[in-house]
Amino acid sequence: MAKDKNMEKEVTRPGNISRRDVIKGLSTIPFIGAFAAAWFRKGSVEKQLKEKLLEVVNLTSEPVDLALPAQGSKTLRLGIIGFGIRGRHLMRATGHAEPTWIDEAKAAALENPLNTSYEDFMNQENLNVEISGICDIFDIYAEEAILTGSNVHRQGKDGKMGKAPRRYLNYKEMMASPEIDAVIIAAPDHWHATMAIEAARMGKHIYLEKPMTWTVPETYELVKAVKENHIVFQLGHQGRQTESYGKAKEAIQKNILGKITLVEVCTNRNDPNGAWVYPIHEKATRQNIDWMQFIGPAPYHDFSLERFFRWRCWWDYSTGLNGDLLTHEYDCVNQIMGIGIPDSVVASGGIYFFKDGRTVPDVQNVVMEFQDRDLTLLYSASLASDRQRGKVIMGHDANMEISDRLIIHADPRSTAYQDKIENGTIDPLIPIYSFTPGKKGIDGIASATEQYFASRGLLYTYRQGKRVDTTFLHMREWINCIHAGIQPSCNIDQGFEEAITAHMATIALREGKKIYWDREKREIVAP
Amino acid sequence: MTKTFSHKDFSLTQLIFLVLLRVSVGWHLLYEGAVKIMDPDWSSFGYLMDSKGFFAGLFQSMASHQGVLQVVDFLNMWGLFLIGLGLIAGLFTRLSVICGIILLTFYFLSHPPLAGVQYIIPQEGSYLLVNKTLIEIIALCVLLVFPTGKLAGIDRFFQKKQH
Repeated sequence: MAKDKNMEKEVTRPGNISRRDVIKGLSTIPFIGAFAAAWFRKGSVEKQLKEKLLEVVNLTSEPVDLALPAQGSKTLRLGIIGFGIRGRHLMRATGHAEPTWIDEAKAAALENPLNTSYEDFMNQENLNVEISGICDIFDIYAEEAILTGSNVHRQGKDGKMGKAPRRYLNYKEMMASPEIDAVIIAAPDHWHATMAIEAARMGKHIYLEKPMTWTVPETYELVKAVKENHIVFQLGHQGRQTESYGKAKEAIQKNILGKITLVEVCTNRNDPNGAWVYPIHEKATRQNIDWMQFIGPAPYHDFSLERFFRWRCWWDYSTGLNGDLLTHEYDCVNQIMGIGIPDSVVASGGIYFFKDGRTVPDVQNVVMEFQDRDLTLLYSASLASDRQRGKVIMGHDANMEISDRLIIHADPRSTAYQDKIENGTIDPLIPIYSFTPGKKGIDGIASATEQYFASRGLLYTYRQGKRVDTTFLHMREWINCIHAGIQPSCNIDQGFEEAITAHMATIALREGKKIYWDREKREIVAP
Repeated sequence: MTKTFSHKDFSLTQLIFLVLLRVSVGWHLLYEGAVKIMDPDWSSFGYLMDSKGFFAGLFQSMASHQGVLQVVDFLNMWGLFLIGLGLIAGLFTRLSVICGIILLTFYFLSHPPLAGVQYIIPQEGSYLLVNKTLIEIIALCVLLVFPTGKLAGIDRFFQKKQH
C-alpha cells in the first residue's frame, strides 16, 4: 500500500524533515495565495465601481464644518421664560436638569443599557452659563425651574445645589433686569413676539422657540427690534444642527439631483401627546396660575386648565400645525435649498380625529409654489397616523430622502445618468450616495444592514465620536455667537421667512383662499 | 485526551475532505476578519445591540461600555483573521479550532434562532434552533476530534518524530 511506503521513508530518516514532510506541511498554503488573489480582485472591482460612482457623486463623507466661533470666557447670565415641556429640554441644553430627571435617567440607564440619556447629559459640554432668572406663571413650574437652575453640579435629589436663580413674576421685570444678559423664550405661541420684542428693546440676546410670531404685524416689528438693537437672535429650529441637512445642501449645490420640481415634507403623529393633549398638572388651580398673564394678547376666556396646559389646540393661543410643525419642515428645506418665501400658498384640512373641542385642525395639507424656481413644496400632516413619510426632494436625475441620514437614488429615467445606468455603473435601485452621521466612507454598496439599523433608531447623531443632542448644539451655537458678536444659523432673516410662510399657510387655511406674497412690497396679499 | 492521528487512520479521501473542511471554515473566518479590519468604521455595536434570547442583556451591556466594546471589536477582527489563517495553514491548528469554537459560540448565543425571534440584521435563510453558525461550530468540533494539522499543515514541522 502506498500509505505504508510513506511511513517507511519517515522511519528511515528520523529527526530530519523529509521532502514529503515539506510538501504535506505546506500543502494548504496555496489556499492562502488563492485567498489573497481573490481578495485583491474583489477589492479592485469595488474600487473601480466606487471611482465611477464618485465621478457622478462628487460628495465627500466628511461632516459639514459648521465653523463654530470659540467659546467666550465670560459667564453668560440667562433668564428663561416658560418651564413647560420645551422649557425643560432647553434648560437641559444649557446644562441644567431637574434633580428628579437626573435620578430617573440614572435609573433608566441601569435598567436598560440602550438608554444613555444620563451618560450623554453628563458628558454634555459645559457652556459657561448661569441661570440667573426664571419666569413661569404657574407657581409649581416656577419652583421647579428655580431648583433646576440651581442644579449646577448636575446632581440628583440628594445632591448639592448651587445659587438659586431669581423668580420674576412678570416677564417685563426680567427683561428690565441688569442681572440678565440673554433670554430663552419658551412661552406659548401667542406670547413669542411680544416677549421677544420687549427683550430686544431691553438689549437682551434672544433664543426664541418656534414659531417666531403669532400674528403677521408683529413679525415685522420683531425684525425691526432685533436689527435696531443689534442683539444676537436664534430661532429654535434645532434641525439647523443636523449633519445630514448640511450634506443635503452640498448635494443640491453640486446639482446631483438635476432640476428639482417637487419637495414633499410631512408630519406623522398618532398619540395624544403628539396631538397636543398634554397632561394637566394635578395640583394646578386658579390660585397658583396667573391666568390674566396667560391670556395676554389673546382674546379673553374664562379660566380653563385645559386651555392652560393644552393651549396648542386653540387658535386663541396657537399657530396650529403650521406654527408648530410645518415650520420645522419648512426650515429644513429652506436651510438646504434656500427657497425663501413662497409666491403662493393654498391649504386645507379639518378636525377629523381629535374631536375634543379644539379649533385647530389635526389633519392638514399645504401646497406652496415657488415660481422662479419652478418648484412646489408640499406639506402634509396628520396627528392621527404614524405612517412615516419622509422628507423627499425630487429631481429629474435623482431623488433624495432626508432624515438623520441621507440617501440619494438615481432616477431610472434620468437624462444625466442615462449612459451610466445603461452601462451598469449606476443601478437606480441602489443608492448612489448615502450618508450616516458618525460614519465615514461613501457607501452605495453595502448599506443594507446599516439602513435596517437606522430605521430602528440604532444610529445616532454624533459629533467627534460623541452622541449629542441637536437642541444642545443649537443652544451652544447661539451662546458662542453672543460671545463672538455674530448672528447664528437660524437668525432673524431666516426667522422672517419661516414666520411669513407659516402665516400664509394659516391664512390660506382659515380663509379658504389662495394667498400670495408680494416680493416688491414684502407683504402678504389675500385677494 | 484526543487521540493522535497518523496517516494510517485516514484514507486519502477522508483526509482530503477533512482538510478541505478545515480550509473552507478557515477561509470563511479569514474573510470575515479581513473585511472588518479593512473597514475603519466597522463595529460590533449594532450586532451586539440586536442580541436576543437568554444572554441578550450580557451582549447589550458589552456594547454599551465604550472600553469593553473596543476590546470586543479588536478581538473579533483579529481573532477571526488569525483563526482563519491558522485553520487554512494548519498552524497551531488545535488552538485555532478551540478559539474558533469559542468565538462562534458567542455569536450563536447572542443570536439564537429561537421561535418567534426576529433580528434586525436580515438573514439569508430560514432557521429554527439550528443555523449555519451552529453547523460551523459542529464542523470545528469534528475537526477537533479528527485533527489534520499534523498531517497536512505547518504543524507537521513541529511534531516529535516517534520512530
